[in-house]
This record gives sequence, structure tokens and C-alpha cells, in this order.
Amino acid sequence: MFRRLCEPTLSITVYIDGREVRVADGDSVSTALLCAGNLPVRRTSVTSAPRGIYCGMGVCFDCLVTIDGEGNRQACLTTAREGMTVKTGSGRRSLSAETL
Amino acid sequence: MISSGERDFVVIGGGVVGMCIAFGLIRKGLKVTVLDEGDRALRASRGNFALVWLHTKGIGTPEYSKWTRRSVSLWKQFADELKAASSIDVGLEQRGGFLLCLSEEELQGRIRARGQLQHELGEDHHPLEILRRNQLAAMLPALGPEVVGGSFCPLDGHVNALRLFGALHRACELRGVVYRPNSTVERITPVQNGFEVQLPGEKLSTPRIVLAAGLGNANLAPMVGMSAPVRGERGQIIVTERLDRFLDYPVGNVRQTDEGGVMIGASKEDADFDTLTSTPVLADLASDAVRMFPVLSRARVVRTWSALRVLSPDECPIYDQSKVYPGAFLVTCHSGITLAAAHALDLAADLAEGLLPRRLDIFSARRFSNVPTVM
Amino acid sequence: MGEVETTDFDLLIVGAGPAGMAAAVEAVTHGLTVALFDEGSNAGGQIYRNVSISPISDKKILGEDYFYGARLVADASSCGARVVTGATVWMVERHAETSLFSVGVLQAGSAKLYSARGVLIATGALERPFPINGWTLPGVMTAGAAQSMLKASGAVPEGKVVLAGTGPLIYLLAAQFARGQVPVAALLDTTPYANLWKAFAHLPGFLVSAYFRKGVGLLREVGRSTRIIRGVTSLKATGSERLEAITFEVGARRRTIAADTMLLHQGVVPQVNLAMAAGCRHSWSAERLAFEPDLDQGCRSSVPGLFIAGDTGGIGGALAAEISGTIAALHFARDMGKVATSVCDLKARSLKDDMKKVLRGRSFIDAFYKPAEVFRMPADDVVVCRCEEVHAGEVRAAAVRGAQGPNQTKTFLRTGMGPCQGRLCGLTVTELMARTLDKTPNEIGYFHIRNPVKPITLGALAGLKGDGETRRLF
Repeated sequence: MFRRLCEPTLSITVYIDGREVRVADGDSVSTALLCAGNLPVRRTSVTSAPRGIYCGMGVCFDCLVTIDGEGNRQACLTTAREGMTVKTGSGRRSLSAETL
Repeated sequence: MISSGERDFVVIGGGVVGMCIAFGLIRKGLKVTVLDEGDRALRASRGNFALVWLHTKGIGTPEYSKWTRRSVSLWKQFADELKAASSIDVGLEQRGGFLLCLSEEELQGRIRARGQLQHELGEDHHPLEILRRNQLAAMLPALGPEVVGGSFCPLDGHVNALRLFGALHRACELRGVVYRPNSTVERITPVQNGFEVQLPGEKLSTPRIVLAAGLGNANLAPMVGMSAPVRGERGQIIVTERLDRFLDYPVGNVRQTDEGGVMIGASKEDADFDTLTSTPVLADLASDAVRMFPVLSRARVVRTWSALRVLSPDECPIYDQSKVYPGAFLVTCHSGITLAAAHALDLAADLAEGLLPRRLDIFSARRFSNVPTVM
Repeated sequence: MGEVETTDFDLLIVGAGPAGMAAAVEAVTHGLTVALFDEGSNAGGQIYRNVSISPISDKKILGEDYFYGARLVADASSCGARVVTGATVWMVERHAETSLFSVGVLQAGSAKLYSARGVLIATGALERPFPINGWTLPGVMTAGAAQSMLKASGAVPEGKVVLAGTGPLIYLLAAQFARGQVPVAALLDTTPYANLWKAFAHLPGFLVSAYFRKGVGLLREVGRSTRIIRGVTSLKATGSERLEAITFEVGARRRTIAADTMLLHQGVVPQVNLAMAAGCRHSWSAERLAFEPDLDQGCRSSVPGLFIAGDTGGIGGALAAEISGTIAALHFARDMGKVATSVCDLKARSLKDDMKKVLRGRSFIDAFYKPAEVFRMPADDVVVCRCEEVHAGEVRAAAVRGAQGPNQTKTFLRTGMGPCQGRLCGLTVTELMARTLDKTPNEIGYFHIRNPVKPITLGALAGLKGDGETRRLF
């Protein structure tokens, strides 16, 4: 649902929910998610309502995803890196699942 | 005492102590007005850790231990009555609670404490087990390697504090308690048939009055012939992001709420009116929690707060009835959640009768040497 | 062989936007040791986000104001201050006994404490909350978020894009999209018509300001390229898993249009959390409908040694931010004895004149683009606290039941207890309660904000354990 105005000078590969996605080096994970059309990004713990990217600057805490195994990370404040794994849609963060 | 018609009691203080007393009074069919302060008042209640806790409370003061046990045993009934009165379930879980030890020395201290308690209470002692690490692991699977052991009291538990407030307020509202916020009491004047309570721009009369104003009681008590030698002790608390349930029982300093966040606390500092939070203390609290449950190392802090416990010189409650003006009562304690049931179901009934029973004499402020005996 | 990097500075600046960068440059010229921290991966703040590495080759798309920032970034990076990016400041605490500040910084998951004689908080602004039905749906974003993506990655929304709200930024974004040939289905302008009368008194100042010159050109450009629907009095975003349509009203007429992306904006407000947690007094501004720190002419807050500059002190825009950063650093240098009072006063007078010039027209902008009440104090069924999913009706009911302010409301409803720490609900809750209780927002107050103001893990916090031992209950 988002696209780029020009081809990035350097592309890297990240994995979003298991899918291989090409993004620009330097993109935030939220930009990567939006360019790959991955919405919703999570469901709330109170009513399981779908949430996406809202503020893009780290103040709303909606864009919480699991990045490289660590849950509840803010996608808009995290820069995408080669080989990064991103998982959307987690409910409450499970610390014990992350240890495994 | 002749009722003034409009009300039978004024309760000064809208925290958990005041609201439990109010709830208990309306249970006895009385008319109650609660006077509360504004939004940024000290409010010890707001900083509570939500524990329903017996454990090693009252070492050196067996009557306090017994009183606490009474309240803990009444809590289920209290929760059920609150639910019936407000439609709000306060989420009481009472399957036991732990204190954990990070060193052999600490564990020996716990063993001694248990011994002292059993000696003081004799036949009346409540169940309290000392457990070694391997025995704890089954109930606390996320336990870290540094925990050498701990103590377990099967009567302990915890509750959803916010829902407790909601339930108390709702129950009182539905049953006709007049709740007056922004009503700081300036003066109480004993008069012919009771008391005149001076608020900013307004006077209320009442035949009977209960001082449940926490640290504010210190100023109010002398106005009605009593003394409330209380001081503030700051406790700071950390709350984490919501997590999948991994802790099934409360530990005295770490508990997981039913919403999923983990609360970490149990610091103490002398601080009469200062409710700041400070990094050195928070770091210490975080360090304890992480040593006890290493998975917590990756959990994020979502907020912190601090509040002032209201402590008497021996840290036990003060329950008093003014000798000079018998319609005035004083109720103060630092374990407002644990004692909530006893306050609502037991103590309030005594207040409704108009007389504090002799068995509660040991909780009078007269026990403190610097309080004049004429009171 | 290398030295251990010092963590002790004369001045520690939080935020490398225009105010922070200008302050760093000024402070260094007076011989102060300076550290400049920013949470982003590059200096520039939100307004000049990624300006030094912007992938957009056609400068006309973003406009020259944006690239002006590149010079500032270059100056700040080379002035001799220690510039640390990817550094999140989660705490500023003043120690009364020593008059020094402890500043908690998080970098790559681990926490470090810095100390400083003075702190400048220049954390800028955030978008004013825009609570409408469906604002939590995926596909609904702030205009600022879209603009950041444009600046940082040259990324633009596809499909049916609708802009909604009021304020210069939404028109700027519309122009930027038009220049980049991004189709916009409609710009739903919620500027109340009545504002024109209220803003009238400020018109003369506006007509001679840069805002007017630039604004006229911008409006013309957007008018030519984008369908603008004015006088919008209600907005509702609908969809099941994500945004599918928007229903809006203009007077008596209601219409629904299909939409894939909705970009909301109704002005920006100061980011108050760090300063409030540090103990700075704030007051409500009726003109700008926000809490602003109480500051003196030298940008000093109510906490000795703590300065606040830029939009954090009150929204004034990027150029005003630069000047206030300079003012703050100058006065701090004076307080440290590095600048004679007479010299400071002379320079301050000149800076004050500069400030007057760049703020010309600001009062008109504030009045003209003042958001309508319905979008600040929404209907009962609108979510106001996104973190805890609490509705406006519940807040009103809590006030009626006796909650006197946001902190008691927090106790009953959990509003403000989530990770955003009130950033997206605080102003709404305060205004809702003020209206319900017939009091001013200043009387109602704001959430009691505490450190850490950014999430820090328990492990990182535990790592800061010092030698002292806190007494424990058990």
C-alpha cells in the first residue's frame, strides 16, 4: 500500500512473516511493512482490535512487532537490516517463547 | 447519638480505607458522606501493590498478625459482597504467596522470622512453609538460579486494585453514599450533638465522624481529642508491558496482574511528602526482580510511580475512639488492601454500633509513649 | 589503548532538531563541553528528518525549506559537540544536593547514565491527537508519518489516499504529493469557518509574514492539483481489518468515499513528557490548546539548570526553534560564567528581534487553524486512549462520578497507563474533563508523568544498579 518514488540505491532482504521482501537499506521496519502491504501489524491485548502504523515516530506504540525474536519492538524506530526477521500479529508478548 | 437526619457519619478520606469503612457503614443501613481531596492529593491508596498479605506480618506484635489473619480470611466474602453490590469482579486470587531469598543468609533470616512468629502466636499460628529452591520450582517455573529458597503462605493472594477501587466507588454510589471530591477538610469543631466539619466555603454537620485521611490524620486528629502520629514512607513501583502469563502466584515484591503487566516494588525510604521516583531505587528494584525471574530482563518498563505508605511508629494500625468526643473515630494503617475486608465487614460494624470493642484497645494511639494519657 | 569516553558534560542536549543543533553550536563557541543526543539514526529531528541522506534526488518535491536543514546538520556535526545518534534519553533527574543532572540514555538496548551541569530539552513536537471513529484502524496514519516516510525513504501511499484535518502541514504534504505525482482522492479540510473571524485580529501581522507569502503560493498550488472539500464537520473511518471507507459531513450533507489510506493532521503540540517527569511546571495555553512549560526569557524552566527550547517550549516552527536553541545556550553559558551578562543581554536582544520576525504571522496561524471542538472532545463512542481502548464516554462518566482530574481517571479507567504514557490521549482527557466539570484545562491539570519516559528493559535498568542499597520491605 506504499510504493517508492525512485528505486533505492541499495536493497536488502528482510523476512516478514516468513516472506522474503526487498527493502531499501536504511528503511525503518514500519516503512518495510507498509511497502510490503502487511496490515494489520498486530492485534491489541484488550479487544484484539487490528492496528497498523499510526504516528511513524515512536510515540503511539501501535507498531509493535517481533523483530529477530524480540517481541513488542517499535517498527518505526527500528532500521531494517539484512536478514532481519519480522513477525506481525502477536498478542501479548511471550517472554518464554522468546527464550526458546 | 441523634442522627442529624441528613447523615449518620462523615468519613474523611476517599482512599481504600475510607471507602471500605463507608461500604461497611452502609451495610448497616447508615447514611454516609465521604469527603475526598482533589486530583493530585497524596493518595496512599493509589500506590498500593494490591497484595492480600498475611505471611510474616506482625512479627513482634501478635495481635496485628491475628487481625491481619482475620481480614485475610474474610476477603473472599468481601469480594463476593462487592461483586453483588457493584457488578464488578475485583479479581481476587488467593492461592498463596511467596517471599523469595537470594542468599542463604536471607533464607536463614526467613527461617528465624517464621520461628519467632510461631513462638509468639502459639496455637494460633497460621500456615507458613519454608521451601528450598527445588520445591519452589514447580510452582514458580520461571525462577532464576540465584534464588536459594523462600517462604510460602497459602492464605495470601492478590487482587486487581483498580477494579477494587471501581467496585468500592460503584457499590457506595449505588447504595447512596454521598461522595464529595475536592473537599479538603479545614477544621473539625466538636459541637452539641456531634461535629461541624469546615470545608472551603461550606460547613457540614454530622453526629459521628471517621478520620481515614492517611497522613492528613495527623492534623485532624487533635481537633477531636485524638492523636495520629503517622509518617510517610515512600515506596516506588515499576510496571512492565503486558506479558503472557508466566507468574501464577504473587511474590511480595513481584506480581503479575491479571492484565499481564508485572508490578515490581517493595522499596522503602523516609519521605514525608515527596512522591518522586528515582533511578537508583528503581535500578535496585529491577535488579532484584531480574535475579528472581531472569526472563524479566527483556521486559520493558511502561511506567513507574511512587506513593507514601502511612506508618505509625510501630507500623501497626491505629484504631481509636476519642475519649473526649466519643463520636469521633480514627482509622489508619499501611496495609489498606489486606485489611480492607476487616475494615468493611468487622470494624465498620463496631463503628456503626458507636463503640470500639476492648479487643481493639491495643491498636489505640495511647500505646505510643509520647501520646498524652489524658486522651 | 583508547580513552574511556567521558559521560560528564557542561551541557547535555536532548534532541538534535533545529533547536538542539543550534544550541550545540552556540554552547561550543562559549567553550562549554556539549553532548547532543538524538533517538533517530541521523541528526535533523522530525522536520529535517534524514536530510543528510535523503534519497529523493528531485529537491523540488520536498521544497527548499527542508534542505536548509542540511546546513544546520553539517554545522552541528562539526562544531565539536559530541553528537550521539540512536540514543534514546529516558530520564532527566536533578539532584538537589549537587545541582547536577543525571541523564539516562539507552543505546542498542543498554542503559548508561550521563551527568551534566545543565540540560536542554529540545525534543520537539508530536501530532495533536485526532480522535475520530475508526482512527485506530490500520491504514489511518498521521500526515507527519507519511511525510517522514517521504523524506526518509521516498515512499508514498498507493491507492485511494485521503488527507483530512487542518493546518499548514496538511497543505504542504498535499503539495509534496502533487509534485511527486501521487494521486490524492480528496483533502477534507476541517478548518472551522468561524476561525476566520476569530483570526481576523491577527491578520495584519500575518499579511507581512513569510507564512503568508509561502502560504498563498502553497494554497494555490494545492488548489490546482487536489480536490479540496472545505467545512468538514465530522469524520468517520470504517473498515473491518483495515480502512475501507471514510464518511464525512459538510453541513447537513453526509457522504462516504472509498479510501485505502487516511492521513490525519490537526496541528502539532509540544512533547512534554521528559520535561514534566523532570519536574518542570507547565501551564495550559488557550491559544494553542496545549500544555507548555513555564519559561523565562532565557528559556529557563522552573527547574534550575534545565532549559527548554524549540517546539517543546511552545510550537513556533523550525526557524523559531533554531533561535530559541541559541538563546537557551547563550543564557546557560552566562549562568556558567562563560559570557558576561552585558554581552549576553546584547546578543539576546538581537536574537529576540530575530525571533519576532520569524514568529510574525504565527498568531494568525494558531487562530485560523485552531482545531474544532468535535475533533478534540469527541462523541462518547470514540476511543480516546488507544493503548487501553477507553472511550470518551467513559471519561465523561468518570468525571461525573467524582474523578476530579486525569490522575483519578487513570485509576478508574486506566487511561494514560499504557506505553504511550498519555502522549496520544492526555490532551483529550484533560479537555474532556474540563468541559464536563466546567473548569479550565489548567485547573484540571495533566497526567502525572514519571521516568522512564521511553521504554527501557528491566535488564538495562538493573544494569544501572549502583553501590547504594535501597531498603526493602521484606
